[in-house]
Amino acid sequence: MKTIYMDNNATTCVADEVFQAIIPFFKEFYGNPSSIHFFGGSVGREIVKSRESLAALIGASPQEIVFTSGGTESDSTAILSALNTMPDRREIVTTRVEHPAVLNLCKYLSRFKGYTVKWISVDKRGMIDVEEVRKSVTENTAIVSIMWANNETGVLFPVERIADIAAERGALMHTDAVQAVGKVPINLSKNNVSFLSLSGHKLHAPKGIGALYIRKGTRFSPFIIGGHQEFNRRGGTENVPGIVGLGEAAKLAMKNFDEENIRVKGMRDHLQKGLLDRVSQARINGCEEFRLPNTLNIGFEFVEGEAILMRLDEKGICASSGSACTSGSLEPSHVLRAMGVPFTSVHGSIRFSLSRYNTEDEVEFVIEKTPQIIETLRAMSPFSLETINTACTVQ
Amino acid sequence: MWEYTEKVKDHFFQPRNVGVLEGANAVGEVGSLACGDALKLYLKIDPETEKILDASFQTFGCGSAIASSSALTEILKGKTVEDALKITNQDIADYLGGLPKEKMHCSVMGRDALHAAIGCYRGDSAPEDAIEGELVCECFGVTDDAIRSAVRENNLSSVQEVTDYTKAGGGCGLCHEKIERIISEVQEQKRGGESVSSRVHRPMTNIQKISKIQDVLDKEIRPSLQQDGGDIELIDLDGDVVKIALRGLCSSCPSSALTKAGIETKLRELVYPTLTVQEVSV
Repeated sequence: MKTIYMDNNATTCVADEVFQAIIPFFKEFYGNPSSIHFFGGSVGREIVKSRESLAALIGASPQEIVFTSGGTESDSTAILSALNTMPDRREIVTTRVEHPAVLNLCKYLSRFKGYTVKWISVDKRGMIDVEEVRKSVTENTAIVSIMWANNETGVLFPVERIADIAAERGALMHTDAVQAVGKVPINLSKNNVSFLSLSGHKLHAPKGIGALYIRKGTRFSPFIIGGHQEFNRRGGTENVPGIVGLGEAAKLAMKNFDEENIRVKGMRDHLQKGLLDRVSQARINGCEEFRLPNTLNIGFEFVEGEAILMRLDEKGICASSGSACTSGSLEPSHVLRAMGVPFTSVHGSIRFSLSRYNTEDEVEFVIEKTPQIIETLRAMSPFSLETINTACTVQ
Repeated sequence: MWEYTEKVKDHFFQPRNVGVLEGANAVGEVGSLACGDALKLYLKIDPETEKILDASFQTFGCGSAIASSSALTEILKGKTVEDALKITNQDIADYLGGLPKEKMHCSVMGRDALHAAIGCYRGDSAPEDAIEGELVCECFGVTDDAIRSAVRENNLSSVQEVTDYTKAGGGCGLCHEKIERIISEVQEQKRGGESVSSRVHRPMTNIQKISKIQDVLDKEIRPSLQQDGGDIELIDLDGDVVKIALRGLCSSCPSSALTKAGIETKLRELVYPTLTVQEVSV
């Protein structure tokens, strides 16, 4: 059975070009970039090139890039650095819909370290109110951390406007742009963002590599302390194959940016229309206008997400769900709850996230198979539009 | 993805006995759309022999909820009502070759629906009125009776296990202390000892209570609060109401309700069983 992979916000396939670029760095050019001999030193030059490619993708200069192990490390590094370099400021401003890498760090800092966290809410469309942010950022705010794009709904946040607000108050601005890099234009030379986190495996590089952008002139305190690597900002021998892979992936993302985003967006829009036309009582989660080009989060009423995913999986279709049962946590996703998605469809919300490796035929296949699956499960369900008004009294 | 047995997958992809059962004379409904799973069980029972002639289900829920419902209907067919009542959630799980432990609540939902259906057949009150006991988990609407029976029947020993079997405690977490208390009560009863709540306590004077409370606060509670940058002060004792003030970081901590519940448990256990804790701001 052919696998139709539409879970690219979870992770992506390593691009062929990336894979080929990495291979020599395992057995041929395996030297340590810090070594004095030519064998190691030549590897160091490859890191320089990768840094340049990645910087070009996000409009940064190479010295502003620090390679890390991934998005989570970049997020922790940025937020903790801001708190360490501004000890007099005890507040963090963030949203209720951040990825756990930011969300749980902020909860930890609030619970155990005495910081005040101001949680920005989202509306029904998953959007934040810039005015609410403006009111929340004060002279006591050390850092504002707001994601560029939400991983579950794909909703884009006005990070650049918020960065201006942070700058006015003398606070630093961090954005988790793990889902956005390579999918929407980002030019850090034209905004006030202080830190930006990105991850390799979301843009066709391997897992275990990521980067943190640190704006030139930003006071910085390292998270991993050790050797002199990464200009003394992140100790530890470089993950050379990962760095080379991320550099190559950045080059590809730039090369394919326009064409692929138009094509991927076209497929996503087609999938959305196809499903809405064929399945009744389905709704899009998240603002359609300000959304990643590859993400579709759709809630099917009266059916449960894990059951849908298992039946999609049987047909070879990989997607994901914000339902409680798939996560093992019993409660549906914090993002959909924060948006106030109605309980009739929150458990049946499915995320399809595409990449440039998807095809029109695959989209057609998903449009063909999904309605049958929803119909089968709805036939089993004790709930329907008719029963719902009498059966349920809970919120 | 969960590791489901072939039997679970079989009953999920080819569920037996789906839909409304014509001529059913017993219907049991548990769960809700808001909670993420619900099961409506239909039984046709021969009033002469009390034999279950047919069974069907409608389920909203995950793979294992649908498989558990399907399995339950297969187990029930041909059984007498009396034998059916002996079926435990473990029987349903065993029939399916086991369920992941986080999914055991699906089998418990099957058992609950069965009891509701038989209650309905016997003319007991309607299922929605049949909720017995005190509400412990507000997120998932689980009562102490439901937790008690799950703990007793499945020999559960931790809050996590109770969550796996009943969902209780899987939301905000504020009821974890209460669940722990229920577990220890059931375990104590099982050991043949008298239950915690019925243990006889010697009457104490207020002065004795205050000094004992102060002692427990100093030795048992303050050190862990101070680790988190907080502190606690005993303000007053009014009858059985212990008035305390949380200081430092505890005062602004969003989980101070949890802290309060924890303090109450400790004081009841170590000082006097009828004490309640009230937070005051002084």
